[in-house]
Amino acid sequence: MRLKSIRTSLVPYAFLLPGLLFLATWIVYPMIKALQISAYDWNIMPGQISEFIGLDNYIRAFHDGLFLLSFKNTLLYVVVTVCGQLLLGLFVALMLDHITKGRVFFRTIYYLPVVTSWVVVSLLFKYLFNSSPSGLINYLLVDILHLMSSHVPWLSEPQTSFIAIYCLGVWKGVGWTMVIFLAALQSIPSEFVEVASIDGASGRQIVRHITLPLLLPTIILVMIMLTIGAFQAYIQVALITGGGPVHRTEVLLSYMYDSAFTDLDFGYAAAQSYILIFVVFIISQSQLRLMKSESLQQE
Amino acid sequence: MSQSKQNLLSNIVIYTLLVFGAMLTLVPFLYMISTALKGPVYVFEYPPRFIPAEPTLDNFIAAWTSKRFDRYFLNSLFVTIGTTLLVVFLSSMMAFAFARFNFVFKKTLYYSIMIFMMLPAMILIVPQFILASKLKLLDSLPAVIMVYTALNIPLNTFILTGFLKQVPKELEEAARIDGASSWSIYWKIMLPLSKPALATAAIFSSLGAWDEYVWALTVLNDPIKRTLPVGIAAFHGVFYSDWGLVFAASLIAILPTITLFILLQRYFVKGTISGAIKG
Repeated sequence: MRLKSIRTSLVPYAFLLPGLLFLATWIVYPMIKALQISAYDWNIMPGQISEFIGLDNYIRAFHDGLFLLSFKNTLLYVVVTVCGQLLLGLFVALMLDHITKGRVFFRTIYYLPVVTSWVVVSLLFKYLFNSSPSGLINYLLVDILHLMSSHVPWLSEPQTSFIAIYCLGVWKGVGWTMVIFLAALQSIPSEFVEVASIDGASGRQIVRHITLPLLLPTIILVMIMLTIGAFQAYIQVALITGGGPVHRTEVLLSYMYDSAFTDLDFGYAAAQSYILIFVVFIISQSQLRLMKSESLQQE
Repeated sequence: MSQSKQNLLSNIVIYTLLVFGAMLTLVPFLYMISTALKGPVYVFEYPPRFIPAEPTLDNFIAAWTSKRFDRYFLNSLFVTIGTTLLVVFLSSMMAFAFARFNFVFKKTLYYSIMIFMMLPAMILIVPQFILASKLKLLDSLPAVIMVYTALNIPLNTFILTGFLKQVPKELEEAARIDGASSWSIYWKIMLPLSKPALATAAIFSSLGAWDEYVWALTVLNDPIKRTLPVGIAAFHGVFYSDWGLVFAASLIAILPTITLFILLQRYFVKGTISGAIKG
């Protein structure tokens, strides 16, 4: 009897075991290993001794101009693309919530970039923003819309390169935020809106005083997810500018990847990874706290 | 009367904006298709044309036959199928344990796994690379599958646990009284009941595996082992200005994803909402 109850209590662990093995091997162990590597001047040659240097890799990062620049570039990318995706996604969702015909049609189109590979869309934007007069963006802005007087060599200057990278980030993500917001909007009971419109509230007033406050938890959740996502920007930078010209467009992960696999400085790259985890953790925690305090105020 | 006029007006404005947005979304895709249909002379023509002057399928033929592209396609297919099967199987087993049993450390375990969901995947790339090289797994597609599986388990366990919690207790109890083992309850009751959630999990993990670039780039050195995203990026490097070829290859690569998306839209949307995780 006793033996049987021990056996039954082991059942759930048996179901967990195979999955946990994968997580332990390829996530937990690497996390611990990265922490260890980050404290060494890691020697990648097998059999060679690595020197323990404590926090030196971390201290080095904060004196490394290129690391700080990539940090700044990443923060800007986060701010611009998170705001862009949030506002445009919300705007499109509000419009789709309002219409009666063609909702699924538009939702399908707006979602297409979300399901398309980052490699493909990065190459595509590189081509659209190419510097020659025949680049589509140059042609549209100069020859069709006459918004600019001359063609811009988009990808040879850091600032204009980032315009292309921001555009891609927003273009690819709007569909995702839109889908989340649309689901949240459709879960708002229609009585709320009906009562308000009987009371004579205009469409704009309803959005401002009823819809948006009810959406707030979703907005903050989406903001956290988008922020975590934007900190992971790598492929778009690696494929559009390669971090150039002369490292001016590096972001955290592209700089980390180069430290690891170009300079073979594994210790320094691991330290950068941990700095990134720490920053993402702090930012998402403070956004969560914001959500809690906002929901308290509403009660 | 004026109310309905106002409604009509606002509808016109909204549809105009929606169509404009839809065009901004679609134009890059259409231009990619158009470029893929152009011969090399026309790729940098001025002014650029949307409708190719002399449309040709040469790029598609060249992309498919040259540079082992068919091999990349098969590699990606192998990696995607392997990852999807493993993720669906392992995550549903874990979800079954979390949703239907009580055990010591359940909450701790569950929340630790949920934290992995938030972890930026790429930060583990250095230690994962070291581990793969120690295990002599560099240049092997199974190494690619294993890492993709580990990275996909947390989100899908989360989605499936939520689903399995809703299965009524009575079904399970009746089966237990009939003497069914936990395994047969999982296999014969839970899995068939959770088909929609399993489909969502399968879609998301296969999409992730089909599109992943960085880990595949890092662990696969041998050109013959490349997956599609790595192959396409390398294509771009080799044929630097031959955009027609690059986009023909890209279109072949994204065709399965887009088809899947249009056919199974419902699951994509559901999964996006229940996971709320950015891919």
